Amino acid sequence: MGHSAPKIVNPEGIAEEIGAILGSMLVETVDHADELTFTVVREELANAMIALRDMGHYQQLMEIAGVDYPDRPDRFEVCYHLLSVTRNHRVRVKVSTDEDTPVPTVTHIWPVAGWLEREVFDMYGVVFDGNTDLRRILTDYGFKGHPQRKDFPLTGYVELRYSEEDKRVVYEPVKLAQDFRSFDFMSPWEGAQYVLPGDERAPAPAAPAAAPTPKATESKADTGAGDAANKKAEEKSGDAPAKPAAATDEGKGAAKPEGKA
Amino acid sequence: MSDYLEKLDHVTDAVDPTYGDTEIQNYTINFGPQHPAAHGVLRLVMELEGEIVERCDPHVGLLHRGTEKLIEYKTYMQALPYFDRLDYCSPLGMEHSYVLAVEKLLNLEVPLRAQYLRVFFAELTRICNHMLNLGSHVMDVGAMTPNLWLFEIREDCLNFFERASGARMHSAYFRPGGVHQDVPLKLLTDIADWLDTRLPRLFEDAMSLVVDNRIFKQRNVDIAIVSKEDALKWGFSGPMLRGSGIAWDIRKAQPYDVYDRMDFDIPVGTAYDCYDRFMVRVEEVRQSARIMKQCLNEMPEGPIASFDRKVSPPKRGEMKRSMEALIHHFKLYTEGFHVPAGEVYVATESPKGEFGVYLVSDGSNKPYRCKIRPTAFSHLQAMDFMMKGHMLADTTAVLGAMDIVFGECDR
Repeated sequence: MGHSAPKIVNPEGIAEEIGAILGSMLVETVDHADELTFTVVREELANAMIALRDMGHYQQLMEIAGVDYPDRPDRFEVCYHLLSVTRNHRVRVKVSTDEDTPVPTVTHIWPVAGWLEREVFDMYGVVFDGNTDLRRILTDYGFKGHPQRKDFPLTGYVELRYSEEDKRVVYEPVKLAQDFRSFDFMSPWEGAQYVLPGDERAPAPAAPAAAPTPKATESKADTGAGDAANKKAEEKSGDAPAKPAAATDEGKGAAKPEGKA
Repeated sequence: MSDYLEKLDHVTDAVDPTYGDTEIQNYTINFGPQHPAAHGVLRLVMELEGEIVERCDPHVGLLHRGTEKLIEYKTYMQALPYFDRLDYCSPLGMEHSYVLAVEKLLNLEVPLRAQYLRVFFAELTRICNHMLNLGSHVMDVGAMTPNLWLFEIREDCLNFFERASGARMHSAYFRPGGVHQDVPLKLLTDIADWLDTRLPRLFEDAMSLVVDNRIFKQRNVDIAIVSKEDALKWGFSGPMLRGSGIAWDIRKAQPYDVYDRMDFDIPVGTAYDCYDRFMVRVEEVRQSARIMKQCLNEMPEGPIASFDRKVSPPKRGEMKRSMEALIHHFKLYTEGFHVPAGEVYVATESPKGEFGVYLVSDGSNKPYRCKIRPTAFSHLQAMDFMMKGHMLADTTAVLGAMDIVFGECDR
């Protein structure tokens, strides 16, 4: 029987049909979990959307979602979810971009895209070419940074409180009473490729160099944000690059790394 | 903020230079952020020409809590209660989308009784939500009594939620794989009695005061007419789309859980105005009651959660006797379950419209990305075009007919 999520029947040959509509604008088609995803050429996005609306009968744009993959050269994916109320079908259209390259707007096709694009801009910093009202939408007036990026810390950089002395709300750098805890759930039996603390018999030097780093963010240099962001983080925390990154944890009551003992 | 306002002032100055005493300048007012009819923290910057609204710029995000970011740092199970807190007027509708999205990624089968229970409580949520919306809409345009009567019904609903899940509002009752716990038979019989007696009496009484009321009609009929084409272009969904005459309901078109077994009608509007949107919701309440009665008739006995122990936890009694069950319980409540890599977009018919969850998994125990598609976002965006040329006093009627909750809009 399988799952009981909304049942959407893919019409016979729909992938080929849309492939023909999109023609050379199409980069890749993915059919996963009964959902069709079409990656299109970024510059051709608006034309592809007009083709899908007029020839594919996808009348509604329901959602624009940004996703951040910091390891990719084009780190941002922008996913457009289209709905056809006449064919009772949904498709997803994707483009990828980086911090500087704008994505063409679709506000002239669907006015609803206005706020949705503003949100992606606010959260990821993706710029939309042709959107005349690209202001921040969800974050505070005067907010800095793009919070949904993977290298933006969960706590943010500033906290605000009402100051009784100044009789107004003041912004201050975040001070955490307790360090943010991120647990590592990689099992040593299922291919965690790093040396466990206290495991003398492990082939120590080879493993950590070759393997991908585990999904844990214990220091500012582990965010996976790339060299530029790491350097910035180091500058901010005042670490010399040669020193171990964990030295910033000193005095905060965090678990000390084994190397220090 | 202030420089934005300064800029606005400047713009209006330049556009409308004062030539003589007869020249009236447009002026800009703030509706909210603290306004009882704004249904939360909404700030509308409105440009008025006399009492006519020329332009209306909603500022949202005052209740932004970073839910999507927080979810990326939580396991799939821990992320669930955040959904209650999105649209706090219809918590189970939000949970429904999320658990279905997780189940779709896992390709997990849910026992039949659990599916019936979910549909049953999702419809109770719809009634509960519409009571708040219909009541406050009526109050926004000037009537007091119906709101109080409808809140009686809402209070009953919240009591039922409490008896099912232990919490009045933030139930966290739907879980990936089923529901959290079974309901006692007495609760089901009590709800059945309530559906037969108390709900129709209170609801029809309250509606008899409103639907043919002259003042209510004057405030709502022909206000903010949205054509079919506009409704599609502006991404409307739910009662807003049906109010514009499009018979689109995800429960019928793309049925989930046991909605394909249910027999119910979809009301649509004919004049596409605020009054139609109100009446669509009124009829939806009756249809919801109909669905709930069918659920009660057909609901089978049986398990209420999947037996896949890698996803849904064992019963407490089982845990005391079986080592394996104990291990499963421990692993589920520390590490949680791993979801195969992939991405899905699952949208359900929440009381306010299409509530979607776009879930991207990288194979770990935490969502890589969880984008929430709120209903209010696209509706509120259309505020500018719906308000153009209407009077300032119509704002509350238009807002009331949109059914906006800021927990969900701002996330």
